[in-house]
Amino acid sequence: MRQRNVHTSVARRVAGIAAAAALAVAVGAPGGTAGAGPARPAEVKIGIVTFLSGPAAAPFGIPARNAAEVLIDEINAGRAPAPYNQRGIAGVPIRVVYVDEAGGADRQVAEFRRLVLDERVDLVIGYISSADCLAVAPVAEELRALLVMFDCGTNQIFEERSYRYVFRTHGHQILDNVGAARYILRIKPEIASIAGINQNYAWGQDSWRDFRDSVRRLKPDVRVMGEHFPPLFGGEYSAQISALLGARPEVVHTSFWGGDLESFLIQQLPRRLYERSTLVLTTGDTVLPRLGRNMIPGVVVGARGPHGALAPNVPLNRWFREVYARRFNVRPVYPSYHMSQAIFGVKTAYERAQRQVGGWPTREQVIDAFRGITFDTPSGPIRMALGRGHQAIEPVAYGITSRFNTATGEYDLTRVVVFPAECVNPPEGMTSADWIAQGFPGARCP
Amino acid sequence: MNGLGRALPAVLLLVFAVLGSVLPGWLVFVLTLALAKGLVVLAVVVLMRAGLVSFGHGLFFAGAAYAAGFATRAWEVKEALLLILLGVAVAVALGAVFGLLAARYREIFFAMLSLAFSMVLYGVLIKAYTLTGGSDGLRIPVPTILGVVPQLEQARLAIYYVALAAVAVAVALIRRYSAAPLGYLMQAVRDNEVRVGYLGASVNRAIYLTYVLSAALGGLGGVLVALNVGHIDPNLAYWTTSGEFVFIALLGGTEGVLAPLAGAIVYELFKSYAFKYAPYAWQMMMGGIMLAIILFLPGGLWAPIERALRRTR
Repeated sequence: MRQRNVHTSVARRVAGIAAAAALAVAVGAPGGTAGAGPARPAEVKIGIVTFLSGPAAAPFGIPARNAAEVLIDEINAGRAPAPYNQRGIAGVPIRVVYVDEAGGADRQVAEFRRLVLDERVDLVIGYISSADCLAVAPVAEELRALLVMFDCGTNQIFEERSYRYVFRTHGHQILDNVGAARYILRIKPEIASIAGINQNYAWGQDSWRDFRDSVRRLKPDVRVMGEHFPPLFGGEYSAQISALLGARPEVVHTSFWGGDLESFLIQQLPRRLYERSTLVLTTGDTVLPRLGRNMIPGVVVGARGPHGALAPNVPLNRWFREVYARRFNVRPVYPSYHMSQAIFGVKTAYERAQRQVGGWPTREQVIDAFRGITFDTPSGPIRMALGRGHQAIEPVAYGITSRFNTATGEYDLTRVVVFPAECVNPPEGMTSADWIAQGFPGARCP
Repeated sequence: MNGLGRALPAVLLLVFAVLGSVLPGWLVFVLTLALAKGLVVLAVVVLMRAGLVSFGHGLFFAGAAYAAGFATRAWEVKEALLLILLGVAVAVALGAVFGLLAARYREIFFAMLSLAFSMVLYGVLIKAYTLTGGSDGLRIPVPTILGVVPQLEQARLAIYYVALAAVAVAVALIRRYSAAPLGYLMQAVRDNEVRVGYLGASVNRAIYLTYVLSAALGGLGGVLVALNVGHIDPNLAYWTTSGEFVFIALLGGTEGVLAPLAGAIVYELFKSYAFKYAPYAWQMMMGGIMLAIILFLPGGLWAPIERALRRTR
């Protein structure tokens, strides 16, 4: 009797495990729509990955998500201006699945696999963190899935490897800092000293190194009066501000972003660092609307391209700002522009492929059409010129805060200079570090 | 322990071996991640049984992962088994050094000390920029397995089976340890450390040895995650990663060897589906689950299963 009990319970347990396995299979089985094939699909499904939680959500993740939301609604309704006035993608409506970028690289690789293999998305647009871009790019290649990076800054992606299935529709971090160096030498040609305060991680280190080396390449007698690397999300910078006040550099460069940038700007306010040194904020555009009157005049502001307050006054930009502000009651900042570049790039590539093959294109045909294209965005035309046509180059704009504008609720930028893409990006086949070290060969600047 | 209790791991091993070939690719990836993290959770649980909560197992997790990363980068080691051995060796070395200090502390002091060690490693990984790539991290290419280069489509499955084999070995090892005098000693240490000392056993030595064993397990998990994901970054050593292991330990329960693994699998699957269905509220859902576990299943998810198993014996 006892023996039998054990057996039945074993049988029951085995059955239970089998049932659990069956359930897991059923849950994991592919359910979504078919991928891009010769037949015209009912929808184009896009996975969009951006920070929806954590410290990068408010300054970057949510503005990017907002841009995706409003742009895709407008595109699906056929309300976008030419050349994007065709509904959806070549008439096929776009559907979006949003994924939070929080959780680290391992979670993002898991989510990317889930998006491609389980959700069966046609492509993924995503990633603000460089670590996530670097982790996911090889996986896209492994799964033969189309990945369009929209915001991460690292120059490693296409300078160290080449990819077939990965595209990046914005310039990498080189243009911010070469642009900042050129701008500062233009407005202060007699400059003799610089200093930097940057977050102590890859982005801060790269940004400072590229800015410092570019300035010294362009004007070798400039002295470096301090290189400060407080921790990311440090929040408290009084020691560094004291050091910068004491060193009296003519220019202080920072690639701080989000809350760190706001904290730094507010903390230096009572001690008037901005009166002693010209502050150069490579990502300053995102804090202009947030700080409003607490911003200060005479600060050099960049937007990682001609975005946000520095975007060109063209019809597509006017339309983008209007539809965005109407829904979210605030103007779009540069991550929103980066997102728009990814979406318009994808739409252009798909529609070009569709015209070329005369039917619905396969993923490979979309990739062939994507490579090397030029397309229109609210920031002006973008060219996929590097990484064998997979990496975009864009111009960069810098301006200086002058007067508070009560109509816009932020400081106006004057003395705006736009450096064309060929001036602030290395040529094809050359790494950023070599390009700066060799004195910008091939750069075409006005 | 009767036949059934002993057979359960073998049955599970078989089930998981079959699951690998029937589950869709993304789920196999998540499962590999869960198994690897389950090993680190097991490492945390082994210490928990002596009443020591480690908030710093990211130290061994990241230490081993970076050891594998450097080996692939600097010496072009491509063999998975070599990388695993190297990672575990580095984790054991880290455990042997830091254990000298950590084994002298208890309770919150042990927790904070372990947290401090892992944050020191985090700081080094972030700042040793030219060596580690800073926050961008390092790429780890697909390894060879016993000299065989897996096809790209089969690579993740191959790594899954490597992880499964590693888990089987680790589980067998920890079962032996739990049934050995050292394992029982650790439980006695939690109950009454002074009495254990008076009975003539060296408490510090027992804790030190367990700490090194725990480090080895943590390192094994770290290498497996690195091979599976193909990318490592300093977040592996960050305190939230270590906190996650403690979270999973409480979720799964600290009884037995399988509870931490079950906890890790449930956790990873739950996280995947929370990301899918609630991209804006997944943290809140994880918090809610933890609260529910503490209120209604204080022994963790595995506790009712453990009880059922015991009843059948």
